[in-house]
Amino acid sequence: MTTEKAIVVKNLSRHFGDFKAVDDISFEVHRGEIFGFLGPNGAGKSTTIRMLNGLLLPTSGEGRVGGFDIIRENARIKNHIGYMSQRFSLYEDLTAEENLTFFGGVYGLDPARLTGRITEVLILVGLEDRRHDLTRTLPLGLKQRLALASAIIHEPSILFLDEATSGVDPISRRNFWDLIYAMAQEGRTILVTTHYMEEAEFCDRLVLIYQGRIIAQGTPSELKGEVKETILALYPGNLDGALDLIKKLPQVAEAAVFGDGLHIATTRPEETEPAIQETLTAHHIACGRIERVRPSLEDAFISLVQRAEGKEAVSYQQSAIS
Amino acid sequence: MDVTRTWAISRKELIHIRRDPISLLQIILLPIVLLLLYGYALTFDIKNVTLAIYDQERSQLSEDFINQFRGSDYFRLVKYTQSYDELKRLLLSRRVQVGLMLPYDFSWQYQTGKTAKGQALVDGTDSNTANIVLGYIQAVTAAYNQKLLGQRLSAKGPGRQEMPVDAQTRFWFNEDLESRNYIVPGLIAVIMTVVGALLTALTVVRELERGSMEGLMATPLKRTELLLGKLGPYFIIGMFDMAVVMAMGKFLFQVPLRGSPWLLIALAAIFLIATLGQGLLISVTSENQLQAFQMAMLTTFLPSFLLSGFVFSIYLMPLPLQIASYIVPARYLVTISKGIYLKGLGMDYLWPSALMLAGAATFFVVMSIKKFVKKIR
Repeated sequence: MTTEKAIVVKNLSRHFGDFKAVDDISFEVHRGEIFGFLGPNGAGKSTTIRMLNGLLLPTSGEGRVGGFDIIRENARIKNHIGYMSQRFSLYEDLTAEENLTFFGGVYGLDPARLTGRITEVLILVGLEDRRHDLTRTLPLGLKQRLALASAIIHEPSILFLDEATSGVDPISRRNFWDLIYAMAQEGRTILVTTHYMEEAEFCDRLVLIYQGRIIAQGTPSELKGEVKETILALYPGNLDGALDLIKKLPQVAEAAVFGDGLHIATTRPEETEPAIQETLTAHHIACGRIERVRPSLEDAFISLVQRAEGKEAVSYQQSAIS
Repeated sequence: MDVTRTWAISRKELIHIRRDPISLLQIILLPIVLLLLYGYALTFDIKNVTLAIYDQERSQLSEDFINQFRGSDYFRLVKYTQSYDELKRLLLSRRVQVGLMLPYDFSWQYQTGKTAKGQALVDGTDSNTANIVLGYIQAVTAAYNQKLLGQRLSAKGPGRQEMPVDAQTRFWFNEDLESRNYIVPGLIAVIMTVVGALLTALTVVRELERGSMEGLMATPLKRTELLLGKLGPYFIIGMFDMAVVMAMGKFLFQVPLRGSPWLLIALAAIFLIATLGQGLLISVTSENQLQAFQMAMLTTFLPSFLLSGFVFSIYLMPLPLQIASYIVPARYLVTISKGIYLKGLGMDYLWPSALMLAGAATFFVVMSIKKFVKKIR
């Protein structure tokens, strides 16, 4: 390991026939960093992870993971990484401990070390009292933690979490992120893919990936700083009706539902505010107060995608991210 | 090849089997049930054929003829009837398998030098049994004829006359024609097919179906380790089941094992490898577990049951089926097993079958590994 970069990717592409699943992406991940891969389903996040894992060879480009070449040394990478996917690779008819024993064995851990590690990871993820429970009897949040435990049983320096929090309740997701922080603090590098905006906020740095290409990268606040427009927030009486009307206004760059209100991006806020009040009043929709807010990551995402693709791509984007 | 990794897979597989009642049942109970079923209940030896007699004449001769049947082990007289209708009813209700009718002029025909004609009505519903029963009737009649002819000749000429020609028959290899003696050796092939193909077909497709294969591929596990680790337990279980069958055959059914048990075990191991290959091939070409199960039933279990010569003699099959039987690996193991058990054959006789088994094993293992490697990419 000659570099302090845990992952280096240069001009990486993967095509499936005519379809460019990953199209010429480059990025670097530092050691001990939580690095986020943010994008809608089908944007190419999982394909990228599979290439970094040694599961899939790139069509072109190069990359190094933990100092190993992803093309020539893809078998050696596997000893140094942990991988946890959306479909936790656990066996339901095995107990928590048996699953860990299995994965430890598959990673070639000798029995003495394995016994120690099993107790360590079980304590880490808070499952030591359920070690003899069948996996199928564990609630989803605990299964997720068990999957994490089995992905780190061999103490990998780099951990890939591919949509690992999908379908898990918010509290479990929060606990899970606490674990991820703790591991980053130990110096492990963590690469997370997600389509949850609030999760992306937890990352040290992010890339936004859209239709196989990286459209922006930086820290969450850098990405938010990319937003040139002013964001207006309002909470009208009729959300859908108001959205339709506001989208038609020439001063509005983009409008989207955000929580129980609307976020409106505009470069001319002084003109836009009265225009909104006017059109809503004309259509008998209660307008309420209009606030200027700091852009959220979602605003940034929408704005950046819009910049990259033009307006028609954005409406697709909105429906994919929510 | 790393032993720790391979063993991790095997141990996990053994836990799967232990936790799945159906797999357990198939492994432990199936050989025993099949063996008991075929060893005791489903005997193909026909004894005590039920017989009803309608003797219209009630003469010395007819009585004498009937006594030939009564004295035989193979027949059991159920009833003398008083009418043809009653005889018919007994056959219809399956209370008897054979109705023997002797007419009014039975002994008169004989005394006038003609052939005394009786009628034997055989329930032909089950054609195999009917054929065998027919053979018994003919044998009893022939023996009686021989006796009568002898009496006639000695009445005419001086002293006792010998039969001009006689073929003394003797059964070799299975002297008492005990069906369990050929069922038990054949059953080894069937049981090994169940364990080898049926269970294996499910194990890999399960992993592919639930997506855990991808997780495995992200680990340093190599494909050969995965395959060996997965198939290893089934190989051991298959050999264990074979040992159970051999032990039950010896101690419960007293089936003679005339050849080398080690040769049999070695050749059965080759067969098991072929079967595991078949199971794996099914597994990687199937979409889900149900499909894999049906495929395994259709392409491995049924052929090994029906086309291997285990129960149904290949020589009696129509030609297309006889040809089809050549691609059923179980056929070769059944030949080998019966040869070793009953005839005490060694490799000098069995090498063609052994060669076919080795060929099948190579073919299926190579094919399935090729397909497997492709599938999990």
